[in-house]
Amino acid sequence: MADIEFLKKMAAQVRRDVIRMVHKPASGHPGGSLGCADFFTALYFEVMNINPKNFTMDGIGEDVFFLSNGHLSAAWYSVMARRGFFDIAELSTFRLLNSRLQGHPTTAEHLPGVRVASGSLGQGLSVACGAALAKKLNGDQSLVYTLHGDGELQEGQIWEAVLFAAAKKIDNLIATVDYNGKQIDGTVDEVVTFGNLKAKWESFGWEVLETNGNNMEELLATFAAAKSKTGQGKPIVILMRTEMGMGVDFMMGTHKWHGKAPNDDEFARAMAQLPETIGDF
Amino acid sequence: MKYTSSGNKDTRSGFGAGLYELGKTNPNVVALCADLVGSLKMDDFIKENPHRFIQVGIAEANMIGLAAGLTIGGKIPFAGTFAAFATGRVYDQIRQVVAYSNKNVKICASHAGLTLGEDGATHQMLEDIGMMKMLPNMTVIVPCDYNQTKAATLAIAEHIGPVYLRFGRPAVPNFTPADQKFEIGKAQLLVEGSQVTIFATGHMVWKALEAADILEQKGISAEVINIHTIKPLDEKSILKSVAKNRCVVTAEEHMMNGGLGDSIAQLLARKMPTPIEMVAVNDTFGESGKPEELLVKYGLDTPNIVDAAQKVLTRK
Repeated sequence: MADIEFLKKMAAQVRRDVIRMVHKPASGHPGGSLGCADFFTALYFEVMNINPKNFTMDGIGEDVFFLSNGHLSAAWYSVMARRGFFDIAELSTFRLLNSRLQGHPTTAEHLPGVRVASGSLGQGLSVACGAALAKKLNGDQSLVYTLHGDGELQEGQIWEAVLFAAAKKIDNLIATVDYNGKQIDGTVDEVVTFGNLKAKWESFGWEVLETNGNNMEELLATFAAAKSKTGQGKPIVILMRTEMGMGVDFMMGTHKWHGKAPNDDEFARAMAQLPETIGDF
Repeated sequence: MKYTSSGNKDTRSGFGAGLYELGKTNPNVVALCADLVGSLKMDDFIKENPHRFIQVGIAEANMIGLAAGLTIGGKIPFAGTFAAFATGRVYDQIRQVVAYSNKNVKICASHAGLTLGEDGATHQMLEDIGMMKMLPNMTVIVPCDYNQTKAATLAIAEHIGPVYLRFGRPAVPNFTPADQKFEIGKAQLLVEGSQVTIFATGHMVWKALEAADILEQKGISAEVINIHTIKPLDEKSILKSVAKNRCVVTAEEHMMNGGLGDSIAQLLARKMPTPIEMVAVNDTFGESGKPEELLVKYGLDTPNIVDAAQKVLTRK
């Protein structure tokens, strides 16, 4: 069982990494990365069975993860580096020329941990379904995980995959929605509301769990519950309530930090709120 | 005529036959289809390998993503639908999770070009070669008859990387050998000639052979080269023939912008400026009609190739 205090410290360090990563190139998407720092930490340090030191593209015999909302790259890179997929020093190259840490994740730079490019939204669930079917064909009992933005669910391809996954009983898949209620142009309700999002997923035939994505204990319990529901003929989705910008007071409660990096003054104010817990890169 | 057809056959059935054989020989091959199994001639593969077939339904974007995902786990997905829905509809999906991600996905596109016929312009894909050849990492293959389509289907399973395989609906002369080995990226010299070179692809290869025959009767010696691989282009073979004949005709069932002629013109402009005439669809959509009627109306028939050859010879 996880050392909860360690996971909390790690998530705090990831938040600090994220702000430092987007500040240096003055570019990136801090809001969602801060909101999902706990999710990535839980997934990579506790939930998934993975081999960071021997990354294979096929991922046979281990759990695989797809980041469908690729703009959360900063937090994902931070967690993967800290989990040992690559050196944490490389985090300082994020979004700079000749870096493996592209603005949106890619396989083109051969960064261990990344299995498909993402950035153009709405495609990750289809890819995950394909990987999950490959696992079934291979007799591989390990699982497939994804993360999607809630705004991303406005893409039609998502619902093609949602329909497909239930129809084909893809029950080795645990999708998660970062349900922060915000997107670039405003709140999701202002842009194109989902109404009852839980009912929509349920009506498509998915097993739906809900959790607080900024509470480590609750996250771990939800993942444990989700795992226990695999192999029962239904795909599983976790609607994960998060706070965009979590951990930096002036980035919370607004959609304005979705895709904007802090200036030097804002960076200093953010750093003052984000303690160095594990050690900076 | 140097070549004889063993009878008319559709290239899509060549794909179906190749896929069926792969089902027996390559356990990693998986087939996907978006509700067009009969049109793509996948039935035999599905019958023998039901567990390795994924019926996606009418959701092509999802199909491309599924195919990319299946490669993660070592599968070799053959994703089939009409060319219109296999490219334009899913260009961004192919771009991000197949080409940029360099996945071992085989996009198998049937009913390409005008010869889809009566369904009309919505389904007559004439821009696919252009879209696919622009994508880095993508190999683009357009076989000329049934036997070659079958051979190409077998060959692309052995090639690691994204492939776009284009074939068609109508029965056309089947004249290449049944036992041929398909070499990706290798131009195929069909007829040697000393005055003009005709580069053709897909259904237009047979018409180029017919044209060469007519030209011979007129005392003109035409070389015919089948460019079944549009990308990577066999620059060496093309330049060798052009250096000899110094004038060129291209023939394809595709838009002039972005097609085979465009690729060859670009090569020649850079390395060996040469007069060129293009037999292709010129910046217009198609319409309903019988395949042969459409080829005549849109200037893609044997006499058009003959005319183009005679014209380009005057520009030499």
